Amino acid sequence: MKKNLLIAVWFTLVTTVMFGLIYPLGITALAQLCFHDRADGQLISKNGKLVGSRIIGQAFTGPAYFHSRPSNAGTGYDSTSSGGSNLAPTNKNLLERVKGDVQKLQAENPNTPIPVDLVTASGSGLDPDISPAAAEFQIPRVAHSRGMKEEDVRALVERHTKGRDLGFLGEPRVNVLELNLDLDSLHPAR
Amino acid sequence: MTANGWFQIGFYLVVIFLLTKPVGIFMTRVFNREKTFLDPFLRPIERVVYRLTGVDEKHEMRWTEYAIAMLLFSGVSMALLYLIERTQKWLPFNPQKFPNVEPGLAFGTAASFTTNTNWQAYSGESTMSYLTQMTGLAYHNFASAAVGIVLAIVVIRGIARKETDKLGNFWVDTTRCLLWVLLPICVVGSLVFVSQGVVQNLKPYTPVHLIEPQTVQVTGADGKVTTQTVTQQIIAQGPVASQEVIKEFGTNGGGFFGANSAHPFENPTPFSNFFQLVLIFAIPSGLTYTLGRMTGSQRHGWAVWAAMAFLFFIGVATAYWAEARGNPLLVGVNQSASALHSGGNMEGKEVRFGIANSALFATVTTDASCGAVNSQHDSFTPLGGMVPLINIMLGEVVFGGVGAGLYGIIVFVILAVFIAGLMVGRTPEYLGKKIESYDVKMAMLAILILTFTILGFSAVAIVKPFGTSSISNPGPHGFSQVLYAYVSSTGNNGSAFGGLNVNTMWYNTSTAVAQLLGRFFMIIPVLAIAGSLAKKKTVPESAGTFPVTGGLFAGLLVSTILIVGALTFFPALSLGPILEHLLMSAGKAF
Repeated sequence: MKKNLLIAVWFTLVTTVMFGLIYPLGITALAQLCFHDRADGQLISKNGKLVGSRIIGQAFTGPAYFHSRPSNAGTGYDSTSSGGSNLAPTNKNLLERVKGDVQKLQAENPNTPIPVDLVTASGSGLDPDISPAAAEFQIPRVAHSRGMKEEDVRALVERHTKGRDLGFLGEPRVNVLELNLDLDSLHPAR
Repeated sequence: MTANGWFQIGFYLVVIFLLTKPVGIFMTRVFNREKTFLDPFLRPIERVVYRLTGVDEKHEMRWTEYAIAMLLFSGVSMALLYLIERTQKWLPFNPQKFPNVEPGLAFGTAASFTTNTNWQAYSGESTMSYLTQMTGLAYHNFASAAVGIVLAIVVIRGIARKETDKLGNFWVDTTRCLLWVLLPICVVGSLVFVSQGVVQNLKPYTPVHLIEPQTVQVTGADGKVTTQTVTQQIIAQGPVASQEVIKEFGTNGGGFFGANSAHPFENPTPFSNFFQLVLIFAIPSGLTYTLGRMTGSQRHGWAVWAAMAFLFFIGVATAYWAEARGNPLLVGVNQSASALHSGGNMEGKEVRFGIANSALFATVTTDASCGAVNSQHDSFTPLGGMVPLINIMLGEVVFGGVGAGLYGIIVFVILAVFIAGLMVGRTPEYLGKKIESYDVKMAMLAILILTFTILGFSAVAIVKPFGTSSISNPGPHGFSQVLYAYVSSTGNNGSAFGGLNVNTMWYNTSTAVAQLLGRFFMIIPVLAIAGSLAKKKTVPESAGTFPVTGGLFAGLLVSTILIVGALTFFPALSLGPILEHLLMSAGKAF
């Protein structure tokens, strides 16, 4: 018992140094060496200013931008407070939130059913993507607001549509931040 | 449901099947102390560890000494984690200047990570310093996984050895597990994750300027609503990849960030998601092969695998079906799958994973005692959310946690051969060992303690205001939230119906107690079984021996698991998810 207790103390200390310090710090060094940009979060800079990470979503509300999904991370897309709504499907708060969003969206694009991801909050609250259906739904509004042809916006959306990984993993998706940045640089909002 | 969705699920099961044999053989060699290709690198490190810690690698332990060594290691390492949490303010690698963790939360978290539960009543990005994450939490991901695996190995040795009371050396087994089984994959796997976009740095959080500043309503502490303009996003950083890989591979499940594997920095692509799923099942599935190999009955190993695969498939099919149907209460929303979107119940799910991968992840993470989530289980449909709940209730024996799944299923195997023995009126035998009353009593003890802990705590929490005040979803779903909390804690899973506010004195303490009971009162009876089996003589197989291979045995094993689970938990399930499903179908909301 006493011998094992002594071993337990030393074993905890030795393995903590190995697996709690040397291992993560070694991996950090390797990661920074091999994949510097990715290890730092794929930050995007524009005009010398950092404007976001390629894989962390941002909120957009103006008519000239494609909108991200509703977010429950802090006040919306707060990366220091990730998380979902955790509302049950039978919770009235969820149904009312969706109802409100549906009414707003129907006003801008009547007679089209609303793709579900556009009115549901993601699990992380930081979802960088919307589905191609949700992008398609927003094309008329964005085109109208920027004075562009719908085909031109659609072509841009298609360029930013990512297929399934290896052809079959996951779902097709459109990165909202990258799409909006491209829109801004090609056709600045009026 | 789509053909592509089914294909992804089928492809995953095939990959797990193909990995079972190589992983199983490798682990057999590691724990039998045979030569492996990694010896030239790892054997010198192993020797240094023994020299520094005073371990005599030739010493073999009886089950009681093994249990004491395991408990001492868990106790000492838990104390160290508590200490790190309580002093992180003064320690290095704390660029966000987080204060010391509060005592209740620090204790709950220490218990949770020591027991391989990784239940989290906090959000990593706003509570834990990088040092606490690396040296406290991620370290325990290694340690608790190794403890689980070596215990499974001891149980296998108990079956395989005869007329001995020696079962191996806890320190040697743990060291070899850490160095040979866990470390190599973690080094390679972390880099795979970084290549997909999982971050790995020690930098302070990065402020970025929003493309379009947002006006938001903020409710202050006094309840007053004010309007604010947000121009910045603070991007949380950290040494995530090195923790991500062991979080999955050790079936720990504790996320670096609050959103766990839904967070784009933890799980950026469908490929990283697939890799995580493979890591979760790799060791538990391989251990069934190790079981067959070490006991000299490979067909028994495969029969156990088949029983597990069957239960896995039922679970994932149910969850996928329920989630793909969507939420019938949403009006004016298109929830049917097409080439342009996955449709279904997308609340709490990420677009890149869609329905199929969210349902698959939820099933895998609760079959194993992992508890990582890539979607919020609380927002699942009632039946979709019932699948994770049932998976944990069944004892997480569908592949299960690393090691824990295997010793868990052996408890059920013992019950199954006992029942078969009762039916034919003979003393039950298991791989040449007579199963006697002591073994069956220990198996039942393990099962009953888990049941008692889950139902006991839930019953208290659901009638007392300190329990019910944490509920966030009204109606039957609120009961499901409380039930899930104790099922997950006792099962050492760590996933949650996350709306429940568990950072309260009652929940921090009661879930920690449930985790410790669920871990150690499972392990000790199981070790006792191992000790008892190892002492026995082998009896030759005869015409009257019930075979533990083939379809009949696998069927009996599945039935035993389902009957025990259903008898215990059906009443509770009918008050929660089943009732909610019926009311939802009738159009009722709460």
